[in-house]
Amino acid sequence: MKFKTFAAFVGPSIFLMLVFIAAPLISVFMQSFYLTQPVLQAVEVETCTPGFLTQTCTTEIKNQPILDEAGKVVTRTEFVGLQSYRNVLEPEAAWAAISSGRIGQLLTIDFWKALRFTLTFTLITLPLVIGLGLALALAVNNAAKAIRGQVIFITLLPFIITPVIGALSIRWLFIGDGILTAGLEWWLARDISMFAQGWTIELLMLFYRVWHVAPFAFVVFYAGLQTVNQDTLESAIIDGASRWERLRYVIIPHLMPLIIFISLIHLMDSYRVFEEIVGFSAQAHRISLQWLTYDLLTPDDSGNRSISRASASAMLTMIGIVILLIPLLRRTWADHKGAGH
Amino acid sequence: MSTSRALRQSFALRAGSTGFLVIWCLIAAFPIVWIAVMSFKSPVDAFASNPIDVLLGPETRAQGKGLTLIDILLGLTLLWASIKMAMNWLPGKVEAFTPKDWLLIGWLVGAGAFALAFLVVFFGILPRVTGGLNALLGLEPIIGVSSEHYIAVWVENAFYRNFLNSLLVTTGVVTVSLTVGTLAGYGLARSGSNIAFWILIIALIFRALPHSVLVAGYLPVFINSAEILRPILGENAPTLYGQPLAVIAVLVSINQPFTIWMLRSFFQNIPAELDEAARVDGCTHFQAFRWVIMPVMWPGVITTGLFSFLLAYNDFLVTSLLLDAQNQTMVPAIAGYFNRETTTTDQVEAVAAAVSITAPLFLLVMIFQRQIVSGLTAGAVKG
Repeated sequence: MKFKTFAAFVGPSIFLMLVFIAAPLISVFMQSFYLTQPVLQAVEVETCTPGFLTQTCTTEIKNQPILDEAGKVVTRTEFVGLQSYRNVLEPEAAWAAISSGRIGQLLTIDFWKALRFTLTFTLITLPLVIGLGLALALAVNNAAKAIRGQVIFITLLPFIITPVIGALSIRWLFIGDGILTAGLEWWLARDISMFAQGWTIELLMLFYRVWHVAPFAFVVFYAGLQTVNQDTLESAIIDGASRWERLRYVIIPHLMPLIIFISLIHLMDSYRVFEEIVGFSAQAHRISLQWLTYDLLTPDDSGNRSISRASASAMLTMIGIVILLIPLLRRTWADHKGAGH
Repeated sequence: MSTSRALRQSFALRAGSTGFLVIWCLIAAFPIVWIAVMSFKSPVDAFASNPIDVLLGPETRAQGKGLTLIDILLGLTLLWASIKMAMNWLPGKVEAFTPKDWLLIGWLVGAGAFALAFLVVFFGILPRVTGGLNALLGLEPIIGVSSEHYIAVWVENAFYRNFLNSLLVTTGVVTVSLTVGTLAGYGLARSGSNIAFWILIIALIFRALPHSVLVAGYLPVFINSAEILRPILGENAPTLYGQPLAVIAVLVSINQPFTIWMLRSFFQNIPAELDEAARVDGCTHFQAFRWVIMPVMWPGVITTGLFSFLLAYNDFLVTSLLLDAQNQTMVPAIAGYFNRETTTTDQVEAVAAAVSITAPLFLLVMIFQRQIVSGLTAGAVKG
């Protein structure tokens, strides 16, 4: 294919990605070094309260934003260097916490708290999703043909459900004296409140994510199982391989590319864990990196969005995912060079 | 695949794997089924701690809202018949009535018409019929069911506006994303050059970016876009913040990396000899794409389209930050419900809204289940 034709085919897609992905990245990078603030001026204000005989008057100096002719707040953008990053990372407080060995102290800072949760969340759900997906695929592949369709249909439900709604649906089962909380209380004979402390919410979030993503892993693995070479399996049996050995030495190696594919997708998706925090209203106890940026971007009570801090937090989030992906990208690069096409 | 004697399994293994599947199906379906049940009950019943109360709804029944035996039997029969029809009869009809090139649109029209007919029969005609029968036989309701929360959500709180916004955004995203994506996917699949490789790798990195990173880049620009664009577009420069069209562009772009990866692997499975033959006959690349590739690419396009649909329909982060209250889609709108969860009635209304959002997805899986599984088998898996 000539380059010109190739460019014509790929052009629109590249254009969209450049304008809406690459350009915002650069602008976020720039924003994170600048701070836009309303220009303040000190005004002497005299406030008087009516009193007996004479009024009581106090004068104080207030900082007020300057308004232009149109009545809009005048803002000034200045270069602040790494200040926004410092505001997000709080290095002094973090260092003090680390050097005194109090990790609990470190986790009171929003960014480190979010990082801790995001990483544990990603790493704990990964093996669970792969394991459950594989087990489901093997079990469905084992089941009678007549019921496979129905089982696949039910299995796909948690996958296609809107993440916020999925999280909410689990939350409603546990909220207050919801039926599952009531059931647990009856079983354990003690009072339980699932949303009063962090670790129970975290447990529910982990459960939700595995419930939500395992079906995707299942569909992919199930598709992969259909292409396992039956002759290889039979010769393994003739060689006396047990069921477990066949799984370990024939089926899993066959599925390996798919396992890597699922791990990669899961790594990307669970690193940006966000909807769970909204669905379970977990922000008081557990926050994630993406939620941190989201929170900084939502207008606060006075209607301001802290864009530069959000940008700094976004850049730090991005650095994290790049670090997680480096081993994989190196592998792909090596494959590409090895294949030489 | 025939099961040879050696591959046959012991009873314990069979029982174990069946048991595992049964437990999984319960876990997978339970939360969804349960919120659907809750949404039809009065608040006292919906949040009762005894599951039997939630199922039978004594409070709701006491208010005189309920279903009799005939209602249940007729309703279930109709439901079962429509599911069977959607699974067996509809695909054949759609394929018979639409010309090959318009299959996607044929599917959309067919599914839409079917859903509409179902809604009319189930909610329009059926209640009248059963109402007459109940009066005739003098039956009393046995299960408490009430649709008051759905009426509150859809009519009083004007949820249909959010529904229309969702419809606009998802339709836009799926159409644009597939048009742009198929072209790019085809180009990438047929070019073995280094540039194609690098485009794919960069797309992979873009796929990994958390969406909030990108939104942090859009927000300031979108809010001030009227001032930024004024020198170019003059007085008519739009404020992009709150515009569904801007959100469509954003979601299409966010989805592009995944779309082109997936479509590329589908196109790689279509033998290159096919378009080479067309080229030998004197077609240009575009003609070959239009007349040779397009007729055979639909399974891949439908699967990819489903994923685009899910992304656009399920998105919370982008739509909640870039759209204002008037243009809100359904998913962010539901946040409004659980933020003001003050009374239990509000909570059950939130449940009803959640079920309303889930229902179209449920239909979607029902219709496209085969496409999802076979599409992934054919495409992404080998890629």
